[in-house]
Parts: sequence; C-alpha cells; structure tokens
Amino acid sequence: MTSVVRVYLPGDSAARSVGADDVTAAVVEGARLRGRDVEVVRNGSRGMFWLEPLVEVVTAQGRVAYGPVQVSDVESLLDAGLLEGGQHPLALGPTEEIDWLARQNRLTFARVGVTDPLSTEDFEQHGGLVGLRRALTMTPAEVVEEVVESGLRGRGGAGFPTGIKWRTVLAAPAVPKFICCNADEGDSGTFADRMLMEGDPYTLIEGMLIAAVAVGATEGFVYIRSEYPAAVASMRRAIEIAYEQGWLGQRVLGSSYAFDLEVRVGAGAYICGEETAMLESLEGKRGMVRPKPPIPALEGLFGLPTVVNNPLSLASVPTVLAHGAAFYRDFGLGRSRGTQVFQLAGNVARGGIVETAFGVTLGELLDDFGGGTSTGRPIRAVQVGGPLGAYVPPDRFGLPMDYEEFAAAGAMVGHGGIVVFDDTADMAQQARFAMEFCAEESCGKCTPCRVGAVRGVEVIDKILVGQDVAANVVLLNDLCDLMVDGSLCAMGGLTPMPVRSVLQHFPEDFDRTSAGRRP
Amino acid sequence: MTTEGRAEPATVAVAVRPTGPVDWSEGVALAVIEAHSTGRGPLLPVLHALQETFGYLPAPVVQLVAKALNLSRADVHGVITFYSDFRSTPPGRTHVQVCRAEACQSMGGYALADHARERFGIGFGETTAAGDVSLDQVYCLGNCALAPAVTVGGQLAGRVTPERFDQLLDARGTADQRSGA
Repeated sequence: MTSVVRVYLPGDSAARSVGADDVTAAVVEGARLRGRDVEVVRNGSRGMFWLEPLVEVVTAQGRVAYGPVQVSDVESLLDAGLLEGGQHPLALGPTEEIDWLARQNRLTFARVGVTDPLSTEDFEQHGGLVGLRRALTMTPAEVVEEVVESGLRGRGGAGFPTGIKWRTVLAAPAVPKFICCNADEGDSGTFADRMLMEGDPYTLIEGMLIAAVAVGATEGFVYIRSEYPAAVASMRRAIEIAYEQGWLGQRVLGSSYAFDLEVRVGAGAYICGEETAMLESLEGKRGMVRPKPPIPALEGLFGLPTVVNNPLSLASVPTVLAHGAAFYRDFGLGRSRGTQVFQLAGNVARGGIVETAFGVTLGELLDDFGGGTSTGRPIRAVQVGGPLGAYVPPDRFGLPMDYEEFAAAGAMVGHGGIVVFDDTADMAQQARFAMEFCAEESCGKCTPCRVGAVRGVEVIDKILVGQDVAANVVLLNDLCDLMVDGSLCAMGGLTPMPVRSVLQHFPEDFDRTSAGRRP
Repeated sequence: MTTEGRAEPATVAVAVRPTGPVDWSEGVALAVIEAHSTGRGPLLPVLHALQETFGYLPAPVVQLVAKALNLSRADVHGVITFYSDFRSTPPGRTHVQVCRAEACQSMGGYALADHARERFGIGFGETTAAGDVSLDQVYCLGNCALAPAVTVGGQLAGRVTPERFDQLLDARGTADQRSGA
C-alpha cells in the first residue's frame, strides 16, 4: 500500500468561482478509482488567479503545482502521475519557485495559500503567535512604540500611521476600549482582506490581540461586509477555535489580559467602509458618517476609545512584533515602509496578489507581474486605490508606489488595488460612473456629497451630448472643488479624483462631437 | 481509505441555505429576536437573523423589534431602509447578483448587466412576476481578478460571459425541478 498523498486545492471563494470544488471532487474520485489515498487540504489561494484552480501535490521535492486545472484535465493529470509530481502540460514545477511568487516579499500574506486556514498546528508551525507571545512580555507602551518604529501605515487607504493611532488610544483614560477591524472591503479591485480572512484568519486574530494588549482593549469586532459570506464563516469558525485554544477569552495565552472578539456582518452599504459610518453601523444605526473631531481613538464605538484598523494593517503587526520594527521598516522607501499587498484586477492577464516592498513602480507591477491585459489589447488606463482613486495613463507608469509620490501626482496608492482597462474603455463613461456611484452610495449626511454627486452625473451627461461643453467643463471642475472642500468624509471628498483624472488625461473622451471614440 | 481534508472546509457550508425561508409567524419572530438580542448594538444581527428566517422583513417586524430593543419604530424603519440588503418584499426563489463595479466593467460588465436584465425582463432590484428570480446589482464581490463576477443562489462565479451566465441559470433551473421546487 502506498502512503497518503497530500493534495492542496484552494477553498478560497475566488478559486471556487472557477470550479475548485468540482476539481476537488474529481481528484478525490479519480484517486479512489486508482486505489490511491489522498488527503485534500482546502487551503487559501496563492493569489495567482489566472492559474486557479491551482492543484498542489506534496512530493519528495516539496509542493509542486498544476494549473489552471479543469475537471476535464483531472484524468490526464492522474494518468501523468499527478500524485507523484509527474510531468504534464499544466505542470508549473515547485510552487515556491514560480517566478511570479518568488519575486514577492510575502510578509502579511506569508501563510495565505500555504497552510490549512483553520489548522492551529499549521499556524504555529509557520510562525503564528510568535509576535503575540513577544508582545505579552512587553509593556503596552513598548508594543505601541515598536509599531510606531516600524513605520506601518494604515492599509485601508488613508495611510495614517498605525502606531500613532494606538498611542492615542493607549493614553485615553476611558474604559472599556475596543479594537474594531474594518473589513468592509467595498472597493472594486480589492480582495486581499477577503483572501486573508478566508485563507489565514488566525493572523488577523493575532494582530487584533496584539493591538488589544498595546492599548488596553478588552473587546473587539470584525466588521465584515455581507458580500463576503465565506470570509464571515471562516472568521467565525477561527474565533470559536481560538476561544477553545485559550487565545481569546479571559486569559489570553494564560496571561492576565482578557479579550473577547466577535464578527459583525454589514448589510450592503459601501459607506460603512468609512470608519465612523462603520462604528454607527456596529452600534445598530444607519451608516451615517460622523463629523471629526472627536476622533474614534478617543470617542469611537459607543463613545469609547477605539482602534479602527484595516485587516491588512492588523495582520501586518504580528510580523512587526515577531521580527522587530527594523526588519519591517527596512522594506520600502521614504515614508512608505514595509510591504504592500498590491492587487492586480480587471482586464489583466495575470491578476492576483503581489505583496512587495513599497517603491515598486506601477509599470513593473503591470508588465512584470500583470503581463498586460487579459484581452491582449494595449492598456489605456489603470485605476489605483478603488472607485475614489485616479485613472492613471500609461505615460505615468513610472510612478513608484509610494503614498507621497502618488499624492503629488494627483493620485493615491490607497489600499493598493489596481484595476486595468484596455483601449476599448470609455473613460468619460468611467468618470460618469464615479459620480453615479457616489450618488448611489452617499450616506446623505452632507450636501456636497449627497447633492453634488447627482449634479455631477447631470453635468457630465450634458457634456456628453455636446451641450455648452466648455462652460459645463468649467462647471464640473467647480463642482469637484466644492465636493473636495466641503464634504464630510472621503466619499464626497475623493469622488472628484477619478473624474478630474479623466478630464486631465483623457479629455478627448469628453468630446463626442468630433469623430469621437464612441457613437 | 480516502480522507478529504483535515478540517471541514469553512467555505463550503455557507453557499447554499439548506432550507428555504419559513412563513411569517410572530412567535417565531419573537424567538429569533430574543436569540440575537444579546451583545452590544444588536439591531443589525437581529435584522439579519429575521431576514435569514423569513426571506425578507415583513412590516410587523418594525414594531416587534422596536419594542424588544427599546428603540423607536422610526429607528428600526430607518435602519431597514438604509441598508440595501434588507428587503421588505419576499425574494424570488433564486437570488442573482451582478457586479457592476469597475473591475467587472473592464471585462464586459456593462454588457453582462444588460444581458441579465434582458434574460429576466426585469430591472435591478426587481423580482420576476413568477417569483422565480430576484435580480440585484452589487458593487464588488471581491472577485476582481476573475471578472466579471456574479452570484447565483449564493454561489460566486467568475469570468462570467453572457453564455456562461445562461449556463449557470439553466443548471440551476434543472436542479430546482429535480427538488420539486
């Protein structure tokens, strides 16, 4: 009898969206018919989505990969010796040596796609809890200063220094204090939060525990959008297991710290990704933005001191504590330290997760990793940083991924999501959509956003039918100024960014009177 | 022996609701409210649980929840109407969501949205007259590297051409007939 062969087949919802469940069933059945024992692990995704479903087999040479595997390929793969790492047209060789992966610096995503997401043994064998155990030997202030020193900035888009925020919460006198993880990842072109929660949920729990130790918080919430049912299920199960393991509860890892953690599910409101709207939603209210000040660090959830961080910020903290601030800070450039989990999306040949140090240029990401468009046509524009980010034309692809460099160019790095458009894209339509989206998703609290977005759609429509074009372009610019200056939060304040980037870089698309691009 | 997985894959269980929604009953509603009223700020968990139970939030929910959580009816109504997930009318038997956000737009999302509306003869946010399909638009399903994306009956699908969309729906229709729905 041969030994049991371990096969990894992603349970990530994106991999499942292109057939990973059917491939899993086919591999199990095919192995059974051949009298072979296989142990299937539903891991997270490695983030190489053009290769999903990606099958990995553990061999004497380590893990070897095959992909993209369809059900119809399974028979020939098994005949070719899939379970021994045999040769096949879909064979990709040892997974870790795939160039696309080998050129990355996976710190935050070190375990995603590698481990069984819910196995606590896997987690600890791959470096889990090292950071938390170290934090428990330090004073809260020392933990905070370590995070300040690392240079880690909020990965949700705003880029505020994480340690500075924690310092404020640590110094706040009121109790109890909360850690709220903002997993309302609503921006198009972003999926890293989802992948982390599905593929390595314990890392997020560990990061939240370190934050709790650092600021003296005793309760936490993970606010996950309802569009991510698999992430909700994975986080909920991971939290249950973490309680059973004594990682959560009255005595965290046997220490004197207590921390309770719960998942809350959103209800289809984009604005709840804004931190104060998320707090309102957690309190059971409409997701209406609050004016700041007071800042959430001092008066957050239920008016109490609250850390609000993105999942990737929190999931980066265990690395900082495990390897020290200097290790993390040595990645990156300028004031953008560490790694960013870039996400290549949309019309891109090789889409997925590229975690690498800040400073990589947009062009390197798009060409070296992305491999151009999926349709094979030239890239016309990429939108960086979500629906509120700028459309960047190819002549700017030399820009290094750095918060300040992007800001100086009228764009934003945001959360590192990059959506690629080929040369058939109608950029005026995309500008109109930015306003339309804002009108649809505005919470309605402030006038510049609630009314401005509606007027923005109307003005763009007038321009597109050739009505007083010059005057209406002036009006549109005025409206953008007003929304930037007068909106309460980034929803209204940043919606003009994509609009203006189109006006600046693709003015020809607004001109429908000449032999225009579009009928 | 063939063993599938060391731990039950967490991501499989959530996709399909094993039983459909139940008919409105005040007693059931009160039990659901009671079970989910613990913890801080419980209104959203309570509403989610009620909608999970009944498929939508019938009008009497407002009064019951307001009373149980010591809120005004306006508060409860305001929350139900703010969030697009909460519906006040019964859903179709199959829920279809089409992603309308940028990554999907870049891969033919506009055409796919038109195709979906045409196939069912309804707009987004509507349910077919026969009650078989509710069609919704959604801004991002987090499947942006495999765009365009839809969900059919809670199952996420990627790289969805109009042809693949029809296949997904046709396969679903067959399954529904088999189960006698």
